[in-house]
Amino acid sequence: MLEVENVVTRYGVIEALKGVSIRVERGEIVAIIGANGAGKSTLLMTICGQPRAASGRIRFEGREITDLPTYDIVRLGIVQAPEGRRIFPRMTVYENLLMGAVPTGGRYLEEDLERVFALFPRLKERLHQRGGTLSGGEQQMLCIGRALMARPKLLLLDEPSLGIAPILVRQIFEAIVAINRERGLSILLVEQNAYQALKIAHRGYVLASGRVVREGTGRQLLADPEVRAAYLEGGQ
Amino acid sequence: MNTAIRAPALADRVKDAALAAFVAFALLAPILGMETVVGPDGRLTLAFHFDLVALGVAIVFIGRLLFGGLVAGRLAVRREGGPISRFLSRYSTVLGAAGLAFAVALPFLPFSSRYVIDVATTVVIYVMLGWGLNIVVGLAGLLDLGYVAFYAVGAYSYALFAQWFGLGFWTCLPIAGLLAAIAGILLGFPVLRLRGDYLAIVTLGFGEIIRLVLINWHEVTGGPNGIADIPRPSFFGFPFTRNPGEGEIAFHQLFGLEFSTMHRVIFLYYLALGLALITNLFVLRIRKLPIGRAWEALREDEIACKALGINPTNTKLTAFALGAMFGGFAGSFFATRQGFISPESFTFIESAIILAIVVLGGMGSQIGVVLAAAVIVLLPEIARELETYRMLFFGAAMVLIMIWRPRGLLAHREPTIRLARRGGAA
Repeated sequence: MLEVENVVTRYGVIEALKGVSIRVERGEIVAIIGANGAGKSTLLMTICGQPRAASGRIRFEGREITDLPTYDIVRLGIVQAPEGRRIFPRMTVYENLLMGAVPTGGRYLEEDLERVFALFPRLKERLHQRGGTLSGGEQQMLCIGRALMARPKLLLLDEPSLGIAPILVRQIFEAIVAINRERGLSILLVEQNAYQALKIAHRGYVLASGRVVREGTGRQLLADPEVRAAYLEGGQ
Repeated sequence: MNTAIRAPALADRVKDAALAAFVAFALLAPILGMETVVGPDGRLTLAFHFDLVALGVAIVFIGRLLFGGLVAGRLAVRREGGPISRFLSRYSTVLGAAGLAFAVALPFLPFSSRYVIDVATTVVIYVMLGWGLNIVVGLAGLLDLGYVAFYAVGAYSYALFAQWFGLGFWTCLPIAGLLAAIAGILLGFPVLRLRGDYLAIVTLGFGEIIRLVLINWHEVTGGPNGIADIPRPSFFGFPFTRNPGEGEIAFHQLFGLEFSTMHRVIFLYYLALGLALITNLFVLRIRKLPIGRAWEALREDEIACKALGINPTNTKLTAFALGAMFGGFAGSFFATRQGFISPESFTFIESAIILAIVVLGGMGSQIGVVLAAAVIVLLPEIARELETYRMLFFGAAMVLIMIWRPRGLLAHREPTIRLARRGGAA
């Protein structure tokens, strides 16, 4: 469904991605793991057209999206829950969720809200609280909930476990698996928490200095001695 | 989070006060300390007043020592509005209704004179300008220092269309709004990528460009002489004149009243009030629509907005265009009220005052803008008796208000929408 082919992304003279190719099939959870600065977030942002790929091609459902403006990419069904959550702090939880429904024009509002509340009951309790007063974990739930309100076909998650209490990390990963199983939603997940990510992923890629250095199923990567040495032991 | 800031240590405060005293010395030495006097031989000589300088420096040092820490501590606490603003916004509908009733009744209250109504009209114009700018600054978060440009575009559109094509006020009003909106889009395009300080500087420049065009384009705008004899408004075709022309009926004849110049003054007041109310209804309504929410979201986080499929270009341009449109309406009104306009009326200080109203009101708050406009217009009026010290008093009052309410008079933001209203959807 998503094919990224030989994508190079530059920030000025620095090449953050040096020809990355990945793909995501319908209904898959694909994890991208790697150290800080490996280019994981850049890859997600490039898929959204922010920044643009300097060369290479990105196709979604057979259509080339490399040069589309971000808002059109979102309307095609690629929605990102960005790194650092980026919820709207002065707006209430409800208003935040409404912002997510912009691409659908609010047509399925009631139904989609119910689905988000079923997934994250905590959000319903906090409905009229300001986004900025939520805990980190709740904000992450709101961030994912907001992205789901857009009815994505492919959900991009950037570091959903960053800065969140371990107990909430587990809840959030459970929710990610649930979204994928129940709705068959394809998910591209970027994580530093490699163990958690590979455990739930169908397939994974290891990124290092802007290149894919390993790929395989989640289980293969978890068992790979080099991956273990570099990203798993020490962490877990 | 109301985390208390610890008062700085005494040594720091002394150091801080000494620094303030030094700045005061540098300023006061030439201003207070030296005076040019005519000497006995008829030549100018310098007289020194070291006592005054010393006194000034001492006041600054002691004042800073006593209150400096206090003020800094208060400023450091970024409050989401205290109990007062929460009270005000909770009862904002009641307050709004009471304020509106007062505004409508004002011309007929016992104390109202021509002066009172004139000042009230000015307040209402600034309220309207504040509400217009609030769309751009308060909701969309785009700092605009050149708002007066749209006010000028509106005023000159009316004046020129009336002068050249003989069009009436009601025909010109939408044209003026449209032209100002176009000017807003023209300004918007080049500045879309800019944010914060950079945006502010470019908008400042835009305001100056418009003013300079007005001054230098003699053939059309009359240059610095401005445009005189702008048609005064009529009551839907019935003029406010003592002796109407052939075949015309004047306002006082229509209603069988004694002729009075007050009729026009009162009519202008209601006209301004009506235009301001339209602005308010529009802004209140649009805040609840997706575009209004998108403005607020854009102010909070542009990257998140992009990730949610919002087109920031269009969203910003609509904010600029609509904000400018209301500036244009207000400008038209200004032109017809004054009967004479010149570039003098559209200097940077106007932009600064309108922006001050928005900031003082608490960015994004509708009632806050009303309070702030009243404060900003009325303070210099009240202080008229202080004569020379009037602006000093005005400045000091503004500083005090911002210390007391660093986030504006009404900083508490009410959600625009609640789920409960949807009738048990949950």
